[in-house]
Amino acid sequence: MFKYIFKRIMQAIPMLVIISIICFGLIQLAPYDAVDAMTTPNMSERTVNLIKERYGLNQPAYIQYFYWVKGILSGEWGYSIVTHENITKDLSVRIPNTILLVLPAYILALVLSVILGLVAGARKGKLADKLIDGLSSFGIAIPSFWMAMILVFIFGYQLDLFPILGMHTIGSEGSFADLLSHLVLPCVVLTLSFMPELIRYVRSSTIGQLSEDYVMVQQAYGSASVTILFKHVLRNVLLPVITIVGMSLPMLVTGAVVTETVFGWPGIGTYFVKAIQGFDYPVVMAIMLLSSSLVILGNLASDILYSIVDPRIKGMGE
Amino acid sequence: MAGEKNRKIEKIKSELKRNKTATFTILFLVLIILLAIFAFLSPFPPNKVDVLNVLQGPNSKHLFGTDELGRDYLTRALYGGRVSLTVGILAMLISSSIGVLVGTVSGYFGGRIDNFLMRTVDIISSIPWMILVTVVSIFLTPGLKAIILVIGLFTWMSTARMVRAETLSIKEREYVLYAKSSGQSIRKVIWKHIIPAVFPTFIVASTVSIANAILMESALSFLGLGIQQPLSSWGSMLQNAQGNLGNAPYMAILPGLLIVLTVFSFNKLGDILRAIVEPKTNGK
Amino acid sequence: MSSNIEEKSNLLEVKKLRTSFYDGKSKLEAVRGIDFTVKKGEVLGIVGESGSGKSVMVKSILGIIPTNAKIDAGEIILDGKHIENLSKKDKRAIRGREIAMIFQDPMTALNPLKKAGDHLVELLIRVRGMKKKEAKNEAIELLRMVGIPSPETRVNQYPHEFSGGMRQRVLIAMALACNPKLLIADEPTTALDVTIQAQILELLKKLQTENDMSVVLITHDLGVVATICSRILVMYAGMVMEEGMAHEIFYSPKHPYTKALINSIPRVDGEKTRLKPIKGSAPSLTKVAKGCPFAERCELAIDKCFTEMPVYKSFSSTQKCMCFLAGEGDKLDG
Repeated sequence: MFKYIFKRIMQAIPMLVIISIICFGLIQLAPYDAVDAMTTPNMSERTVNLIKERYGLNQPAYIQYFYWVKGILSGEWGYSIVTHENITKDLSVRIPNTILLVLPAYILALVLSVILGLVAGARKGKLADKLIDGLSSFGIAIPSFWMAMILVFIFGYQLDLFPILGMHTIGSEGSFADLLSHLVLPCVVLTLSFMPELIRYVRSSTIGQLSEDYVMVQQAYGSASVTILFKHVLRNVLLPVITIVGMSLPMLVTGAVVTETVFGWPGIGTYFVKAIQGFDYPVVMAIMLLSSSLVILGNLASDILYSIVDPRIKGMGE
Repeated sequence: MAGEKNRKIEKIKSELKRNKTATFTILFLVLIILLAIFAFLSPFPPNKVDVLNVLQGPNSKHLFGTDELGRDYLTRALYGGRVSLTVGILAMLISSSIGVLVGTVSGYFGGRIDNFLMRTVDIISSIPWMILVTVVSIFLTPGLKAIILVIGLFTWMSTARMVRAETLSIKEREYVLYAKSSGQSIRKVIWKHIIPAVFPTFIVASTVSIANAILMESALSFLGLGIQQPLSSWGSMLQNAQGNLGNAPYMAILPGLLIVLTVFSFNKLGDILRAIVEPKTNGK
Repeated sequence: MSSNIEEKSNLLEVKKLRTSFYDGKSKLEAVRGIDFTVKKGEVLGIVGESGSGKSVMVKSILGIIPTNAKIDAGEIILDGKHIENLSKKDKRAIRGREIAMIFQDPMTALNPLKKAGDHLVELLIRVRGMKKKEAKNEAIELLRMVGIPSPETRVNQYPHEFSGGMRQRVLIAMALACNPKLLIADEPTTALDVTIQAQILELLKKLQTENDMSVVLITHDLGVVATICSRILVMYAGMVMEEGMAHEIFYSPKHPYTKALINSIPRVDGEKTRLKPIKGSAPSLTKVAKGCPFAERCELAIDKCFTEMPVYKSFSSTQKCMCFLAGEGDKLDG
């Protein structure tokens, strides 16, 4: 197993390197000069050159790349050219906000989807299945921002139950109840938009497992269908779900771009959209690097987790 | 030799005629496409500002009301459909062509070429699509062309994977082995044998990728990163509607419904086609 | 061990059993009116090509047919009690406890994410009401009984760590765990290597005599039946073509189909008769013809065979056959 994990890590490293080269390349291609982020128009040319020298910006590109990677690794992600703010600092504020929104939504979606998917799969072709499967096919086709707009209209404008913008009401920043009420609508939108694909996955996996021979054997030995579903099928269905959960790691950062925008949630999504609109290249590239590294790390994590949980892989390489 | 392909296509045709959902989705899609094409028949010009009839709710003259500049909303939605469908179809054509090309080449030649192409697919897929597409769109002048290109160029990876898998199994079939050993050129073998055989897979992949492209376009336009004024698509109409949600909620209904129904129909069609092409998912 | 009277009493009686698959409007008759009995302490072989309805028939008895199949008619009497109309719950109580079953493909019959031992432990707890600790020890004992070496370590291993033959032994141990009166073995050796096949059959025979079970052995391979069965049922297209004691079937078969099956066994005794495969393939059961189902492939078929269903003729107290030509002089004794 350790051999396998080692091999997987070794495969992930070159991917990360290539991704970083792509990001760096795009920064180089972008029509701006990295030094702009650190200077103001009032600085003399000499000061600008000094800064360039200090950050190695007068060096050839490949040397700059190493400086850049070194910076990234030591948590120095550069400066926004629009606000001149430190990107690392911005991210450290924004990421927790996004996680606060995405994590509960994702967990909720996962739990609900496993239940609904199991029910639909176990009752394939029956009413419950037709309902669940039909709604999830529709759900996949619904853009999350449209769903958000409908919820905002109903619960925000008509019923006036929940606030529809931002994270806090001005004046009550410390109040947890206030935060919670701001969280409800975007969280519901995210949960609903995560669910359809998860449900379909769990459903088809359940159907596949139920047609396996071991299920028939259990029937032949008098196990009740509920027992078979929970004691035997569930494990086999949940196992591949690990992969999906691993692959969703980057969602913690970029999973809510659209939803955050609709609700004005001060997370990575709104930060990213603003950066794109303002051609704030360093910020855009930082987010691109961050999110794609998370994709690779997420895949890695899920493979490793899988190898720990699945006895069939555990046995390999030993 | 191409009999297998024909059989599959015949099967698709007869199944589609039999399946009621399929008939329904196809009818809906044809209707939407026709409406979008013949949008100019509408009595209201799409861009004519009418300050006297601003933000009118649905009424007998304007079935779906008017927008904040007094333009007939239904007419605009149909013109918006032109843009959304154009993006969907053209982006699909680009992404499917690349996907089929990469997939067949990768599967047929194997070895280093395969390895290189598949690693490329892995790397591109590891950048979240929204990030990738928006980043690349920085380098292009925003607008219809840019969005078609950007979606088309960065969504072919799953098609490539599917086609590659299919090619791998087809190239071992006897008629292909025969064609190879009888000295046909590689290009001919690929064109005459591999491409026709992966065609059904390609059809399934492209139906679904139209749906995805329409969704992507709508999200980007909603964020203000896609279609720019004066053009409008369903997504940018919704962006507009968001600003008027308080006083004109009806503006959010029509474009949203059109997106949902169109995307749903394409997806459903894809599901049905897949069930026909790969009978095992369809069976017990 | 068993007395003569017991040997003659019936453990299982199946009368006029009919099972069909339904797909929308179309109906596929897999089992078309079958009568047979299993006596206490006997090994009954059911032979037929794939698609002859053997598996569906035994699954109908257990009530584990797929959801698109339905038992249309028939009586199933186990130990004097009718079980065909039992509630789902009562039917479940029979499975395992009274009738246990082992399956064709041991590679897929165990849950890949559960230890081999846990399959047994669960069963022992549920069926025999044991405590966990006790069940674990019994599981080890059972594994030893079915000939798995070092059962103490094997009990904690996952199915993928077992070979095909060893998995089949685990499944047999599961069957034994319930102390069933009847063991149904559905092609238990088909997926195994020839040498392993013999071992498994031997094991089944041994356990059958030791535990005084009845065994129904389903197979498409007459060679397998020959080794352990006392009585044989030959099935074709969902019907019983011929029934008789093993020696009757092998030495004086009456039905042309039985003869064809016997002729298609490769011989190892040196005699150089050409191996005769049966022409054609098992009929599609969606279009049921009026006459004898085997007529189309029968070399001796007469006109009547295509239009009229033959009735059973008895040749001894134990042998009967469904064929117009059976026993009609030398025509058949070729």
